[in-house]
Amino acid sequence: MSFNSWLPLLIVMSSLVPGLVIFLLREESHALRTLLNLFGAIIKLLLVGLLIWGVYHAEVIETRWTLAPGLDLVLHADALSVLFVTLSTLLWLLTTIYAIGYLENAPHRSRFFGFFSLCVTATVGLALAGNLFTFVIFYEMLTLATYPLVAHKGSPEALRGARIYLAYTLSGGILLLIGTIWLRNIAGPLDFAQGGILGSIEGLDPVVLGIIFLLLITGLGVKAALFPLHGWLPQAMVAPAPVSALLHAVAVVKAGAFGIVRVVYDVYGIEFAASLGLLTPLAVAAGFTIVYGSLRALSQDHLKKRLAWSTVSQVSYIALGAAILGPLATIGGVVHLVHQGLMKITLFFAAGNYAETLGIHKVSEMNGVGRRMPGTTLAFTIGALGMIGLPPVAGFISKWYLGLGAVEAGIAAWILPVLIASSLLNAAYFLPILYRAWFLRADDSLALAGHRERTVTPPALLWPPLITASLALAAGLFAAAPYSPLEWAQLIAEREYRQ
Amino acid sequence: MILTQLIFGITGGLLFAIGLRSALVRESLLARILAVNISGAGVFLALVAIAYRGLEETPDPIPHALVLTGIVVAVSATALALALRRRLEEADDE
Amino acid sequence: MNNLLTLPVMIPLGFSLLALLWPRRATPVGILALLATLLASAWLTWRVSGNGPMLLALGGWEPGLGIALYADALSSTLLLMSSVVALAAGIYSTGYFRAPGDRARFWPLWLLMMTALHALFLSGDLFNLYVTLELLGLSAVALAALGGKRKAVEAALRYLILGLLGSLLFLAGVTLTYAGYGTLDLMKLRDLLAPEPVAWIALALMISGLLLKTALFPLHFWLPPAHANAPAPVSAVLSALVVKAAFYLLLRFWLEIFEDVVTAFAAWLLGILGAMAVLWGSWRALRAVRLKLLAAYSTVAQLGYLFLFFPLLAALPAGAARDTALGALILMALTHAFAKSALFLATGVIQQKAGHDRIEDLGGAARALPVTVFTLALAGVALIGLPPSGAFLAKWQLFSAAIATGQWLWVPVIATGSLLAAAYVFRILGYAFAPAEGVTYRIADGREELPALILAILATLLLGFGSVQLWEFVTPGALAAGEAP
Repeated sequence: MSFNSWLPLLIVMSSLVPGLVIFLLREESHALRTLLNLFGAIIKLLLVGLLIWGVYHAEVIETRWTLAPGLDLVLHADALSVLFVTLSTLLWLLTTIYAIGYLENAPHRSRFFGFFSLCVTATVGLALAGNLFTFVIFYEMLTLATYPLVAHKGSPEALRGARIYLAYTLSGGILLLIGTIWLRNIAGPLDFAQGGILGSIEGLDPVVLGIIFLLLITGLGVKAALFPLHGWLPQAMVAPAPVSALLHAVAVVKAGAFGIVRVVYDVYGIEFAASLGLLTPLAVAAGFTIVYGSLRALSQDHLKKRLAWSTVSQVSYIALGAAILGPLATIGGVVHLVHQGLMKITLFFAAGNYAETLGIHKVSEMNGVGRRMPGTTLAFTIGALGMIGLPPVAGFISKWYLGLGAVEAGIAAWILPVLIASSLLNAAYFLPILYRAWFLRADDSLALAGHRERTVTPPALLWPPLITASLALAAGLFAAAPYSPLEWAQLIAEREYRQ
Repeated sequence: MILTQLIFGITGGLLFAIGLRSALVRESLLARILAVNISGAGVFLALVAIAYRGLEETPDPIPHALVLTGIVVAVSATALALALRRRLEEADDE
Repeated sequence: MNNLLTLPVMIPLGFSLLALLWPRRATPVGILALLATLLASAWLTWRVSGNGPMLLALGGWEPGLGIALYADALSSTLLLMSSVVALAAGIYSTGYFRAPGDRARFWPLWLLMMTALHALFLSGDLFNLYVTLELLGLSAVALAALGGKRKAVEAALRYLILGLLGSLLFLAGVTLTYAGYGTLDLMKLRDLLAPEPVAWIALALMISGLLLKTALFPLHFWLPPAHANAPAPVSAVLSALVVKAAFYLLLRFWLEIFEDVVTAFAAWLLGILGAMAVLWGSWRALRAVRLKLLAAYSTVAQLGYLFLFFPLLAALPAGAARDTALGALILMALTHAFAKSALFLATGVIQQKAGHDRIEDLGGAARALPVTVFTLALAGVALIGLPPSGAFLAKWQLFSAAIATGQWLWVPVIATGSLLAAAYVFRILGYAFAPAEGVTYRIADGREELPALILAILATLLLGFGSVQLWEFVTPGALAAGEAP
């Protein structure tokens, strides 16, 4: 086998092996654990670099292994998988650094980092999945790997939140599985192909295809927090901040959204899906979720819960992009995968910092926080502005393209109001926070009495949000540069619509 | 010849059924163990009936082998059952 | 070379006698026997995979009068499986049974049970099957009652009586078969049997007996108490192997010997009963208070999945799809054997170290017994049927066959069963990971934890990734009664 056929497997193994080793480490081996974590992350980053280069030059990079008659495990790199893999790898590195700082002196760190690595392994696996079979395998493994992370604290609330999470995701998983098997039965082994393959297969009943689409999207929609399958997300906020950061920016919700993109583009094919009339219901669901999530976010005082509802809303931009016919909308949706990841993780890092350094969990406690924690609040501000959609932060680019795409597809009449309403709502729930943080005096009586020993944010907690915030800014400022997320999204759209 | 076989065979079948019913329905352990034995006897009787090839010929040895094996098994199983039952009684007395 | 066929039977038998005569050294004798048996089984499997089915007429007597031993892909696979599980559980029991008296009683019975099991897998005629079935039942009962606790003895006695009834039903069927066709040899019967009342009644009798021994709903009621109250290694083997032996016979009869006699209606009946077993067993497992009871009910449910294959196999025409489904059936049985035995062994560790196996009081187990809880998790993944376990691939094929044949009824059954299994597995894990104050656990024993872990890894990883070999081995002509080389 050539190096190209090993590369995807190596990328997956680069977090699996350190993860397994970390499980065996004793709780006290901090240095070794940190070393393994960082080593794995850096190796992965290097390998992903090779991957990017290869895909850019249209090389075939694939690992294939037969698991059962007619069922192949396929890891295949194309433009879309590279986008997601790069995002995951980069954010994993930063989240690992953050988690090392956050969990200092916390118990069960070996367990935590072990599952953390497994979680990234599963995410990378499904990013590189080359057919629905492989995708489903890693999708379920993601559920298994993230459950212990959500339940990590072991408190009754944590266990309850984890149970709800599991109930939702496993039920969704079964629906996804049944849809996949059904599709496999009627259409044969479906490797992802840009432009979709179902359109070219004769004799498929459109009604059956529609039902299968519903099953697949429902199964994926649970993780992607599409209304009404989103109920687990606010409950999962009991997890420690690094987990929330990873779940909401990189792993779980993105896996669901990524899956939806894959199904629409690389299984059904966007034009075929449009001809079956499947896109409109998806767009409606996504649009509704966008507005609904933002509305719920308005009423939340708990900072992480507000961010959770914001995630519910924002991830549906990606689904919306997939549901609108036309390359511009595709670009908007796909690039938002990256942009939302960067921005949301910044916000969650910041929220974690507020909780750790000053004991602040609620928005109402955030008066004057900008003065005490300027670095964190600066990062938060950039992330929030991006969420609202203000240039030059990257969020603006995604919304711009989505809007243009809606115009191109002729459905601007109801899409644009959704986008505008969402931006206004985002502003409504983020701007007050910023105002409080920068312009109001700190209320000394709140939450600071005798709290933590450290009132200074340590570097491990400060630098990751600053880095991700700068990346979000850079993704917006330098969107026209080569290898930028936007350019990559354009490449994906181009290859999709070429058929 | 057929009549002989039929008589013994049907008797065996009836014994089998009676034993089966009693073993499932009766409460007392001893009764159930006995019922299993009776049921077994019924099957053995049927087998012997099958082996009969008329007064002139020697009977078919294969069903006889089955019967002998079956008897051995039934005896061992009954012994085990009774031993376990004794053990239960001892446990109750404690 | 065909004499190889006697080894998996003679080795445990001989060593069983040795252990009986030499009780002081019972443990080393036992372990040696299990190792030797594993080697023999592996060798046999290897030969069958290379040369096809093997037949041996013992003593040179012609089949029909003498005892024939027969090994094809299916029986050698199950032989290998049982050798592995028996060895793992045997190693486990060296840590479980401490008192010399316990060990001296355990090993002869254990090896006797292995003899019966292997002889059953290798039997080539109905007579031998009956004998081995009885021997298996008796030794299993004796092992289940080992330890002498009241609940265990009571459950074992009920198991014995019902087992005997099952065997009698089977014998009645054998009687009828002989009366109708004049032979007991399986291969000859295959050609002779025709769809007529004699064959139907004989089949019904034999199947009833076997269903009782396989604990298919509603004849399952004896299983949970018997498996839950037996000593841990015994429970492991009862759930993993003994019920599978009866199922294996059922499979052979249904698919091969009585192939022309079975009807689609009967297949559907088995499927419906299997579906009810899945739902009822999973539900009861979810409500179980004790870990071992949960595992026993889980066995009832998992066996139900195996029965769902029957209507599907009846509906699929001969060809690649049917072969794949058959391979999936065997894969499911294998995965369950490894996973369930791992579960029981791990539960045994917890029971020993914590003094109880109540699920709600498992708090702190994750910290005190990390390897065991990990084993529980791995085994649980295989029981739910999540990737990367072998059961996932098997369930995939089950869904696929159901959709392909249009038997949509099974789809929600499998889905619900899997979700219920997830519920009860994660319930255990949730309690195990909860922190607990003041709970003391004794230090765990490597001899006990390691075999359980290895079994779980086999179920969840090896079978998940390496099962293509299994399909290739088992399916082309797997169940065809071939000629002797």
